[in-house]
Amino acid sequence: MQAAILKERQGQIYEKGDSPFAMECNKDSLAGAVSQRACVFCGSRVVLYPIADALHLVHGPIGCAAYTWDIRGALSSGPDLHRMSFSTDLQEHDVIFGGEKKLYNALTELIDRYHPKAAFVYSTCIVGLIGDDMSAVCRKVGAEKGIPVLPVQSEGFKGNKREGYKAACDALRKLVGTGDITGISPYSINILGDFNLAGEIWLIRSYFEKMGIEVVANITGDGRVADIQRAHGAKLNLVQCSGSTMYLAKQMEKDYGIPNIRVSYFGVEDMAESLYAVARYFGVHEIMERTKQVVHDELTVLLPELKRYREALAGKKAAIYVGGAFKAFSLVKAFSLLGMDVVMVGSQTGTKEDYDELQGITQKGTIIVDDSNPLELSSFLKEKEVDIFVGGVKERPIAYKLGVAFCDHNHERKEMLAGFAGMLNFAKEVYSSVMSPVWRFVPRKERANV
Amino acid sequence: MSNYQSTTNPCKLCKPLGASIAFRGVEGAVPFLHGSQGCATYMRRYIISHFNEPIDIASSALGEKHAVYGGGPNLKLGLKNVTAKYKPKLIGIATTCLTETIGDDVNMFLEEYKREFCAGSDVSPTLINVSTPSYSGTHMEGFHAAVAAIIEQLCLESPTSDTINFFPGFVSSADIRWLKDVCADFGLSSTILPDYSDTLDGRALSEYPLVPEGGTPISAIKKMTGSKASVEFGWCLPAKTGGKILEAIWGVRLERTGLPIGIRQTDQFLEVLKGLSGKNMPQRHVGARGRLIDAMVDGHKYLFGKRAVVYGEEDLVVGLASFLSEIGIHPVLCASGGKSGLLSRSIHDVTKDILPESPHVRDGADFYDMAEDIEGLAPDIIIGNSKGYHLARKLGIPLVRVGFPIHDRLGGQRILHLGYQGAQMLYDTIVNTIIAKKQEDSPVGYSYM
Repeated sequence: MQAAILKERQGQIYEKGDSPFAMECNKDSLAGAVSQRACVFCGSRVVLYPIADALHLVHGPIGCAAYTWDIRGALSSGPDLHRMSFSTDLQEHDVIFGGEKKLYNALTELIDRYHPKAAFVYSTCIVGLIGDDMSAVCRKVGAEKGIPVLPVQSEGFKGNKREGYKAACDALRKLVGTGDITGISPYSINILGDFNLAGEIWLIRSYFEKMGIEVVANITGDGRVADIQRAHGAKLNLVQCSGSTMYLAKQMEKDYGIPNIRVSYFGVEDMAESLYAVARYFGVHEIMERTKQVVHDELTVLLPELKRYREALAGKKAAIYVGGAFKAFSLVKAFSLLGMDVVMVGSQTGTKEDYDELQGITQKGTIIVDDSNPLELSSFLKEKEVDIFVGGVKERPIAYKLGVAFCDHNHERKEMLAGFAGMLNFAKEVYSSVMSPVWRFVPRKERANV
Repeated sequence: MSNYQSTTNPCKLCKPLGASIAFRGVEGAVPFLHGSQGCATYMRRYIISHFNEPIDIASSALGEKHAVYGGGPNLKLGLKNVTAKYKPKLIGIATTCLTETIGDDVNMFLEEYKREFCAGSDVSPTLINVSTPSYSGTHMEGFHAAVAAIIEQLCLESPTSDTINFFPGFVSSADIRWLKDVCADFGLSSTILPDYSDTLDGRALSEYPLVPEGGTPISAIKKMTGSKASVEFGWCLPAKTGGKILEAIWGVRLERTGLPIGIRQTDQFLEVLKGLSGKNMPQRHVGARGRLIDAMVDGHKYLFGKRAVVYGEEDLVVGLASFLSEIGIHPVLCASGGKSGLLSRSIHDVTKDILPESPHVRDGADFYDMAEDIEGLAPDIIIGNSKGYHLARKLGIPLVRVGFPIHDRLGGQRILHLGYQGAQMLYDTIVNTIIAKKQEDSPVGYSYM
């Protein structure tokens, strides 16, 4: 394993054992290490992208817009403007003479064409360098067209994905508080940090509806500009994927006194606890009773079905590498519910607190890693003889090339993995990869069989 | 024809992506992007979704302070780290819009790096660098620029050999394998640059291939200066290409043909090989050509007068337009995100002896332009990469997937476009797609075609 690790990265890898826990994180990616991370722009794009009735214009050369065109599975129940790719496609001439005029023309043209409810304009590396005054152009177009036109300061080189989350939250903060909040229930919430992949937010909302809780705004899965504008009328913010939207929740607490709780909709334990936490917060007997009923009804269906998968999967070894550490917590618990052992867990952007918590919930011998790369990940998969790897598109070929099963738990996934029903889907996904006959033929197993 | 300021659903990618793929086709090479971390990661993701193969693209991972003070130190650190862990034979360094705009002098950095770290070391990888600012040109200019840079920087002396150089451009892994086969069939010794037929379509392994097996051997590239001839595919190439450089500096005879797609373009290419080898067309290809024509007769009625929209890289579009005209399909719109200025004339040249009028050609196009152009054209089929799926779905007509990227099907790298064999596969796919559409739309549900 040591052979795979660059000296500068040793502090970001820890194997749970006798040595005291210490973990470096939130560092800039090391040059030449082939990080799995993207950039600031990516962070902003991820958070804002699912707002379906807004125009998302990438101000920069074509690549940034091309590589983020409809790459995520964030569904909309109505408009789907977010699934298109808009760019100013800056050319050499614009780089030399400035891109403001082109931005103005492009924005005007696209707003006239699609009549969006708002526009987000993302800056890219080059815009930060040529010094376009994006804010001024946005203000001007906003005033002319009568919709919010929000600059997102997401120059790629400004840091890692976390900086991008913050830039997105800054843009969202300008929308919140601009809508009418009359008629919002005293038992109301905003859902932050769920992106409606494969329709997950619809399922989560259905639980809250059964509990008698009003959801004011989805931030941002199946999101609408008008809902976000009145999000300050909700009484509580639920924050999943805390890395991406906790910053907004904290701002809303400061601006409007709305408290927040961290939740997760992955896995039975965390899903149920999230609903209970909301019920406890409102402290109303009927709501708590209805919550118990929801959880009871769901578990009655789910648990017997899960048992079958648990029997087949118990004792298998899992590895996890995801963007945000909070999802990793839930996955560790979800694997434990299936009787599986997590032997490696890591994230692109975890914080010190995140890794402390991961250390607390994992077994001895588990590798914990921050901002990893293909070389390290592949050596961990081999060393720990992993049966299934959970990650995203960039992790998939690492697993598959080595003949290891894989479950896509990233934004590109097409299977609903959140909620109680999502736990069953997760078990099915894991099962259908781990149990495939294909592994019989991969070199890793063929050699072992000889 | 409107000229929009904004781009909607692009039909092109950025330069460093093309350069990364070209570098991946050199033996022992690791592509390296000098820029912010996101560029490398996004391109990896995009390429992985087509090939379903690992592709490690290193990055100098520049941050804010490097954007102000220059990216030299991080570039050197990155090269050191890649060398330590990947042990590559070659690192192919492509710039990005960030480093081009801050004015990083990569040549100077690399000279410094060689002095500081490589002096006296025999394990230091060869460093090749290419300028690929994303704000001028598309992934195809990036691809060709990387190939040209490899030739310029590796080819320093001129041994003589009987080898023929091939510059196929951005074709599929299957296409490169076909090219190797056809050279072998003619008894020609060949060097194909780049060759990612294994590096981006490899076997199942038990070890992670940091630097996968395969690729054009560096020793073979160095000898390309002394080859008998170079063959370069494409009518829409930039002024500076691998073939042109070898011709201008080393006097290597250059033969240009289009991508050998369809009958006439393949005929032309095999004529060139006949000339170079002094051999007649091998039986395998005589047979394949005959079967193709036989199949075209069998299916001609289904295709005659059908109308197609074709898009993708310019040279792919030229090849496809030529082929479609041969099988009785009218390419009513030929579009590309590229803008070499040569597309319209090239399409006219390859279709003029069959089509009564030249197809409508749109270069510098995005999918919004194409959707507008299509109004009134009533196409029956769309042929191009998977980025046209939305358009096909909206129009309710089938999409036949070719080229790059194929993100919504498996095996994009195994689509064979070239030669009679490739034409046969394209033909069967196209005719069956048309038949399937007719069958599905029919209230009768015929069980014979």
